[in-house]
Amino acid sequence: MGCTDMAEWNHYVTMKGTNNGIVVYLDDQCSFERVLDELKNKLQSNNSSGATEITIHSQYRFLSEDQRQLLFNLIDDYSDLTVKDIESYVITREDAYELYENTTVKTVMKTIRSGQVHEVKGDALIIGDINPGGTVLATGNIFVLGKLRGIAHAGVEGDENCIVAASYMHPNQIRIASKISRAPDYDVEGSPREFAFINSSTEQIELEQLQHIQKLRPKLLDVFERGL
Amino acid sequence: MGESIVITSGKGGVGKTTTTANIGTALALMGQKVCLIDTDIGLRNLDVVLGLENRIIFNIIDVIEGRCKLQSALVKDKRFECLHLLPAAQTSDKNEVSPEAIAELVEELKPDYDYILIDCPAGIEQGYKNAVAGADKAIVISTPEKSSIRDADRIIGLLEQEELKNSPFLIINRIRKHMVDSGDMLSVDEIVSTLSIELLGIILDDEDVIRSSHHGVPVAFQPDTKASISYRNIARRILGESVPLMSLDEEKGFMTKVKKLLGMK
Repeated sequence: MGCTDMAEWNHYVTMKGTNNGIVVYLDDQCSFERVLDELKNKLQSNNSSGATEITIHSQYRFLSEDQRQLLFNLIDDYSDLTVKDIESYVITREDAYELYENTTVKTVMKTIRSGQVHEVKGDALIIGDINPGGTVLATGNIFVLGKLRGIAHAGVEGDENCIVAASYMHPNQIRIASKISRAPDYDVEGSPREFAFINSSTEQIELEQLQHIQKLRPKLLDVFERGL
Repeated sequence: MGESIVITSGKGGVGKTTTTANIGTALALMGQKVCLIDTDIGLRNLDVVLGLENRIIFNIIDVIEGRCKLQSALVKDKRFECLHLLPAAQTSDKNEVSPEAIAELVEELKPDYDYILIDCPAGIEQGYKNAVAGADKAIVISTPEKSSIRDADRIIGLLEQEELKNSPFLIINRIRKHMVDSGDMLSVDEIVSTLSIELLGIILDDEDVIRSSHHGVPVAFQPDTKASISYRNIARRILGESVPLMSLDEEKGFMTKVKKLLGMK
C-alpha cells in the first residue's frame, strides 16, 4: 500500500493523552481496512517500548466482534501495548435494549404471596407486601413499599452493589449477588424503613436505617455505573 | 341463577367441610335454595357431617360418567327441603374427574339454586383444580396457625390466577381468645394484614362444633352457641347484609361485674 505520507495516517488514527491514559481515536468515515492499515504503520513506526495501556475509541463506527478481534490481534502483533477497552459512541439495538432493561425500575402493584416468584430485569419496585414464602428476584435493586416478609434477592447476576430496601423489614432471607443472610432462629420483630447491603469490609449483608443510604450507596441511581 | 362458591384452604384439617356444611345450613335456614357439592373424591366427609351418609345412592362420578341423572344423585337434607347434597364418590380418585366436567355440572345446577357451595379437598393438585373450576367466588379458610396461614396465602395466590368474579374472602376458624391474648396465637388483625383479602367472618374454637359434627347435625342449627352465631353471621354477609364482627370477649355475667366492683378481678 502506498502509505508513504505521514500526514495521511495521522488523519485516520489519532492518539490523545487524557486523564484516563492514552486514547486512540479511529476515524469513522473511511473504510475499516484503511484504519487497520494505518494503525499498523503507526505501531511499526512507534519506537517507544513498554507495556502501556491504551483505550481505543471507534467514535461513530460500530465494530463487529470480528473487527474487534482484528484490532486486538494487530496491536498484539506489532506492539507491547495492551488494550484496556474499546469505546464507541454507538451501540446495537440489542445492547441498548439490554441497557434499558437492566437500568429501569419495574413496578408491580400486588402482594407477592407464598409460593409466588416475581422475577425482573433491572430494579424491582413492589407496591404491596412480600409475604412469607414469596420470592422477588431482580438483577438490580429491590424496593418494597410494604412489608418484606419473604425472600428478596437483589443483583441475581452478581452485582454486589445492589440493595434491598423495605418500608418494613422482616424477611425470611435476603440475598444480594451470591451472599445470603437469614433471619435469626429466635423470634424477632421487624423494623421500619431499613435497607440491606453488602458491607465491602466484612463482605456480609448488613441492615441499616434507610436515611444512611445516600452515604453508603451514593451512586445507586447512576445507571451507567451499572449498565451492561 | 345461582352463585357458586368454592370453600378451600390449601392445608387439611382447618375446617373446610365443617364450614361448608354450616354455611349451607345457615343459608338454608334463611330460606335460600342451597346445593352442596363434595369434590373430595375418594375421601368424602361432607355427607357424614350432615348426617346424610345412609341416603347416598349415586354420586358425582356416576353423574359425570353418565350412569345416572344429576337429579337422582342429589341427596335431600332430612331437615330442609331446600338443602341438597351432591356427594363425592368414595371408590374413585380425584384424577378421574376433569375440571371441565365439574364446571359443566355446576352450570347445570345453577338455575335451580340460589347458592352452590363446593367443598374443596386439601392440597393444590387435581382435586383443587376440579373444585375451583366451576366457582364464581371463593372462600379461603384459615386457622390462626402459621402453617395454615402460609398455605392460605399460597391458595390465595393461585386463586388470583383463576378467572373469579371477586377476589377471595377469608374466614378465620378456631380462634382461641386466651391464646391470642397471651401472644401464643396470631390475632385476627395480624392475619388479615398478612393475607390482605376481605374478611368474611371469624369462628371461635368451640367444642359444640365437634359435638354436633359427631352427631351429624351441623352446629348452625343450635340457636345460641358462639359458633352457630358466627356461621349464621357469615351466611348473612354472603346474602349482602352488613353484620359487625363478633366480639371475642366473653360476655360479662352478673357475678363478674360484682367481683370487679369488689376489686376481686
